[in-house]
Amino acid sequence: MLIKVKRRSEVSPSEITPQGLYLDRRRFLRLGAGSAVAAAALSSGFWDPAWAGVKLSKVLKGGPYNAKDELTPYESVTSYNNFYEFGTDKEDPARLAGSLKPRPWQVVVDGEVAKPGTFDIDDLIRPYALQERIYRLRCVEAWSMVIPWDGFPLSDLLKRFEPTSRAKYVRFETLYDPKQFPGQKRSVLDWPYVEGLRIDEAMNPLTLLAIGLYGEVLPNQDGAPLRLVVPWKYGFKSIKSIVKISLVEEMPLNTWAKTAPREYGFYANVNPHVDHPRWSQARERRIGDFFKRETLMFNGYADEVASLYTGMDLRRFF
Amino acid sequence: MTATQRMMRVIKPIIFIVCLVPFAILVWDTFTHNLGANPVEKLNHRTGIWTLRFLLLTLTITPLRRLTGWNTLIRLRRMLGLYAFFYAVMHFLTWLVFDHFFNVHEIVKDIIKRPYITVGFSAFVMLIPLAVTSTKNWVRRLGSRWAKLHQLVYVIATGGVLHYLWLVKADVRDPVIYGSVLAVLLAYRVWYKRASLLPLTQVVRQ
Repeated sequence: MLIKVKRRSEVSPSEITPQGLYLDRRRFLRLGAGSAVAAAALSSGFWDPAWAGVKLSKVLKGGPYNAKDELTPYESVTSYNNFYEFGTDKEDPARLAGSLKPRPWQVVVDGEVAKPGTFDIDDLIRPYALQERIYRLRCVEAWSMVIPWDGFPLSDLLKRFEPTSRAKYVRFETLYDPKQFPGQKRSVLDWPYVEGLRIDEAMNPLTLLAIGLYGEVLPNQDGAPLRLVVPWKYGFKSIKSIVKISLVEEMPLNTWAKTAPREYGFYANVNPHVDHPRWSQARERRIGDFFKRETLMFNGYADEVASLYTGMDLRRFF
Repeated sequence: MTATQRMMRVIKPIIFIVCLVPFAILVWDTFTHNLGANPVEKLNHRTGIWTLRFLLLTLTITPLRRLTGWNTLIRLRRMLGLYAFFYAVMHFLTWLVFDHFFNVHEIVKDIIKRPYITVGFSAFVMLIPLAVTSTKNWVRRLGSRWAKLHQLVYVIATGGVLHYLWLVKADVRDPVIYGSVLAVLLAYRVWYKRASLLPLTQVVRQ
């Protein structure tokens, strides 16, 4: 008869946490860290599928535009953010994100469209099938990430409102509410944050409106409930927490170009050959790496977007 | 125990250890993966900010000594200055290794083309002779020229503040705070010099 003598350090089967429970706990921790809103919703017994961290259902995966790069960990994507509405430190957005209420949320669509209006966010996004898009994100500060976004093409949304022939540009605006965005109490930037795209850039199939990442509802610090993702441009073009989308005839003056016109332009295409006046754009540090890597023209999306800028002097239109 | 003995045997060793705390925290955070998503940037920023803090602390010694009459404070000045150099070396190394991996061509280009690096690098280079000539032997050897040479620290600290100011994107609050502290410390020196010269010039006129 074999008698098994248990060593003191050995773990008995009854002590082992079932995998499902373990994973749930990881997920719970992630929710807790990622979003105070989710925690508040839990404690008040109120649960809404719109809260950060909640799994999105029916996301189409494996489209033609997915980057082959290794994904940046969820923890990094949600803890290292440039979102001055919460504060200018990278850690401020994750720390202060709880003050933003992504529901109820209204989005105004106006300007040169046949069907303008004000829409509840859920009504606005309901018609669209969600797609996963794994994109490189290159910050103007010379760091980068690879993020699996969940969203739908901006063009699908714009077509629904029937832009007129005078719609040459799209102008986006972030929510202005210092109660929800404590960073707006200081005039570091001229609030509200404004961004814009040329209409052909907006209609490019790469241009995405995201409502989630990693298959989950967007955490507040990443721009909940609705943000733009333009992967061939510097990150500041990908405006967060959008409340207004206007089709306009004139090129909108985007916030960073207004703040420092010598340093930031309207186009802000990722371009290793055109340096920021104060630092080089030739290389970047991928979050998670110690050393820098070469930056790719149009962030590696030249095949899809280079034709948009044929004949344009990209040094002048930086 | 005399005031000097107390300073040398008690206060100075304590301050020596305290000055190592930021470094210890940095090492601890590095090995416990507590530097966030971009640890290299964090190492670079923290060593930079501590360089600036130690430069300002070094420059605080003389005004504080004059205002309080606590003369033995002067015995802390060299140590604080050397700590500024210590943190500056680490700041420089993070840039050299992680940003450029000793790529001389890139480094030279960076120094020439980027004003904030030009001024930061120059300040670092100027710190080197000050660190080297901080020993008793060098103080003796240089005589009155020692004080002249070490006035470079005013240029270095100004360079450090400019380096910081020129690298931030929009939020200049922190560099402006450091700049204001430096301005007060330098203004005190100007004021003190004038105040101490004034009776002298009056004597000369008489």
